[in-house]
Amino acid sequence: MLLLIIFLPIIAAVVIMLGAPARVAALGAALLTLLASALIFFGIDRGAAGFQRVRSFPIAPDLHLEFTIGVDGLSLTMILLAAIILLAAVWFTGKIDRYENAFYSCLLLIAAGAIGAFASLNLFFFYAFHELALIPTFLLIGIWGSGNRVTAAWKVTIYLALGSFILLIGLIMLYRAVPSDVRSLDIRDLQAAALHISPAAQSPIYLLLLLGFGTLVSLVPFHTWAPEAYASAPAPAAMLHAGVLKKFGLYGLLRIALPMLPDATRQWSNLLLVLLLANIIYIGLVTIAQRRLDWMLGYSSVMHMGYIFLGIASANLLGATGAALLMFAHGISIALLFAINGELRQRLPSLEFDALGGLATRMPIAAFAFGLGAFAAVGLPGFANFAAEIMIVFGAFRNGFDFQHFHIFQWTTLLALWGVVISAVYMLRAYRWTFFGTSTTLAITDISLPLRIPVALLIATSMFFGFFPQTLVEKVTPTFRSYFAE
Amino acid sequence: MIAAPYLEVAAVVLGVALLLIESFSARLDRRILAYAALVGLAAIFVATFFVTPASTFAQAPLWNFYSADPLALLFKRIALITTAFVVLMMIDFAPSLRAGIEGATPHAGLGEFFSLPLFTCAGLMWMASAIDFLMIFVSLELVTISFYVLVSFTRRNPLTLEAGVKYLVLSALSTGFLVYGITWIFGATGEMNLQKIAAALSRPDLEKTAALFGSVLVLVALGFKIAAVPFHIWVADVYEGAPTPVTAYLSVGSKAAGFVVLLRVLEPFLILPQMRVLLVVIAALTLIYGNLAALPQTNVKRLLAYSSIAHAGYLLIAVVSFSGRAVAFYLVAYLFMTLLSFAVLVLVGQKAGDQLKDFGGLSQRSPFLAFAMLIAMASLAGVPFTAGFLGKFLVFDAAVAAHQFTLVIIGVITVGAGFYYYFKVVRAMYWDMPASGETIPISLLTRIAMITMMAAIVVLGVYPQPVLEALKR
Repeated sequence: MLLLIIFLPIIAAVVIMLGAPARVAALGAALLTLLASALIFFGIDRGAAGFQRVRSFPIAPDLHLEFTIGVDGLSLTMILLAAIILLAAVWFTGKIDRYENAFYSCLLLIAAGAIGAFASLNLFFFYAFHELALIPTFLLIGIWGSGNRVTAAWKVTIYLALGSFILLIGLIMLYRAVPSDVRSLDIRDLQAAALHISPAAQSPIYLLLLLGFGTLVSLVPFHTWAPEAYASAPAPAAMLHAGVLKKFGLYGLLRIALPMLPDATRQWSNLLLVLLLANIIYIGLVTIAQRRLDWMLGYSSVMHMGYIFLGIASANLLGATGAALLMFAHGISIALLFAINGELRQRLPSLEFDALGGLATRMPIAAFAFGLGAFAAVGLPGFANFAAEIMIVFGAFRNGFDFQHFHIFQWTTLLALWGVVISAVYMLRAYRWTFFGTSTTLAITDISLPLRIPVALLIATSMFFGFFPQTLVEKVTPTFRSYFAE
Repeated sequence: MIAAPYLEVAAVVLGVALLLIESFSARLDRRILAYAALVGLAAIFVATFFVTPASTFAQAPLWNFYSADPLALLFKRIALITTAFVVLMMIDFAPSLRAGIEGATPHAGLGEFFSLPLFTCAGLMWMASAIDFLMIFVSLELVTISFYVLVSFTRRNPLTLEAGVKYLVLSALSTGFLVYGITWIFGATGEMNLQKIAAALSRPDLEKTAALFGSVLVLVALGFKIAAVPFHIWVADVYEGAPTPVTAYLSVGSKAAGFVVLLRVLEPFLILPQMRVLLVVIAALTLIYGNLAALPQTNVKRLLAYSSIAHAGYLLIAVVSFSGRAVAFYLVAYLFMTLLSFAVLVLVGQKAGDQLKDFGGLSQRSPFLAFAMLIAMASLAGVPFTAGFLGKFLVFDAAVAAHQFTLVIIGVITVGAGFYYYFKVVRAMYWDMPASGETIPISLLTRIAMITMMAAIVVLGVYPQPVLEALKR
């Protein structure tokens, strides 16, 4: 079943390249992937810690190279997210003027890379699957992008390639840091063996991982590729990349850095706190200053990464669970916003706020959906983002808390809370400028009927997990319980 | 079961036989010679799997010069595969050849063009087995002299003439360095055999300075072969001017043999600490220069020339870290991805040109060729699930294990540069509009060869076991 989820999109991509009817095949594959992921997600044994549905295929024993897959609550959450967004992204793909088959193949390959990375238990494949998405991203932005697509495509490719190779060195150093008799590329064995790594040896490895993963997640100051790439990418590509693929870096920190390098995580937490505050406050202010809808959304997705980093930095059960939840919730909400953004781009000559206005009368459904997406992104109660952010905030605040003094975690939390206000400012202003006020545009149509289904799917997902966050939390916590002895 | 030296004998006999047939049958379609060469090479390739272990012959004096260890056998196979693909490319290249040489018959020169690679191949195979400086020198000369002819084969083309002269002069110079270095080493240690030199070097009473001086001179000569900076000056011009199949041969065959000799020669000398420092410096320079100089290239042939310098840098990281496994696997990966890109270049270059703009919109004109080039470029850049990535993975793994962190840092940064110039080709093929609407015809044999190379790149990218096993036995 798990194998099916990983390889279905890849097979579909190949079949489409060979000339199968693109849209039908892609939709079918995405739907099947979602069904299978949902089946596994709701069928997982909640009580059991550790990985389930493990399958292993030895490849090169001298290199410790095995194709091992398996899932736990954390990876399943991410796989479900990937499947949902893949379906929405494929569905949202409008008319493609050239190389239609290649477009769908690229989308499927990005999703396959993300799912493969989340399901891999071998570091080599964990890394390799993520990189699989690099060429499709380059092609998607380069061929079908809009605006400054050439610069954006180069930037994203070179940033991500460099970040990935830095990450690769970090992973190799981690692998080399454990004694040779217990050395392994298997995440489970490595986690047990990582106890042997001294704090002094952990430190440089953690920095490399933070640098590598951080670049992939657009941690300040390695974020400049993200807004431009998302602003230029075609809507389905932006949905998949910002919603799913970017979460790989955070997933890696949660899966590898946190359990295997606990001392270094504590040692470098101050640095991470400063950087994530820059993500929240500085990028937040930059987002307010944006004058275009697509750039605003691109920057907002960079900003929200700060909260997830806060959850990771707090390195406790509550914070990490919140981070996992927010990865899911943010993926859904940003995908919804990019989808609407893409619809607007198809209909309008410009996405400058000055040129927009009054669209709510012409496109009531789009306005409604965008509003819900904006509310979710801001973190209004009732959406999954709210539940996640509040867990992160409490988790971070609790870290080293005493009743006499505020320490760095408490101050950071307080400052980070202002980010909620900042995001409310830019989201609501953008909402007003785009959808209300005097209309300047000619007659345009609302989102077509078939496209309302994925919109409804995304909104329903966000609200379902907003009202019942427990369904996710209970799946994720066994993983984190094994990390933190609380 | 056969003895390893017969493999080279077979290659030479095949080459001589083809030349004789060529000279005695004027009317023969020369392509038949090429097909015969392919069949012969395939037969020799199969024979490499049935070689008896060297130990049974250990008494014969030949084995002081010659080694048939797994490393040698693997590199013999590399030489054979390379030669076969090069001959295949030469068949495709034959029409352009006619424009480059004068002759009475339409077939003039083709026979030699198809048979010379066999002699080169024999030389490369001997190099793989050479464990004595005498043998290294003789086999290296066989390779170099056959390349003198091949590089300047299309002699009407002024660019080719320039390339031929440059290669001749600089090659001769490097040979001089080699012989002089060998003399110094022989003078210091009294030995020509590498194992005996190693034993001599570990004697405490030995005058090490003279041996070190000699080994540096040898390193210069080998640096020329593998195109390491600062011995790379000839590369770009020679690669650009030589007939494209010969360029491919130079950049793969010559380099692979150079590296196996380097591995063998360095083994005794790496106990001298100065040698390691020198190699680190050369590797760093090669990485930086190769990658940076490739960035602004607009001619695909020149781009591949600089990329071959860059890859020599990654290979040198593995050499410094002394990981024969990484060197061997990287070279196998390099072989497939480089030959594949040259195979596409031969076809596109004849129809349109070697410039980057001639690749514009290739994905619309010839989707198959564009896809093949995409795979080759992805592998050269180091995208996972290709052999090129696994090669880089092994190289960096070896470097981290050997604590060569300076080289690791430089390596990672230059990989970023690599992504830029390899993806420039991808960009031209997939983003840009086609320069002309002509499709490029591909012969069935070439198509099969390309599919084989693509399959090899992808399969070795996830399943390196065949190469690793070949190194162990």
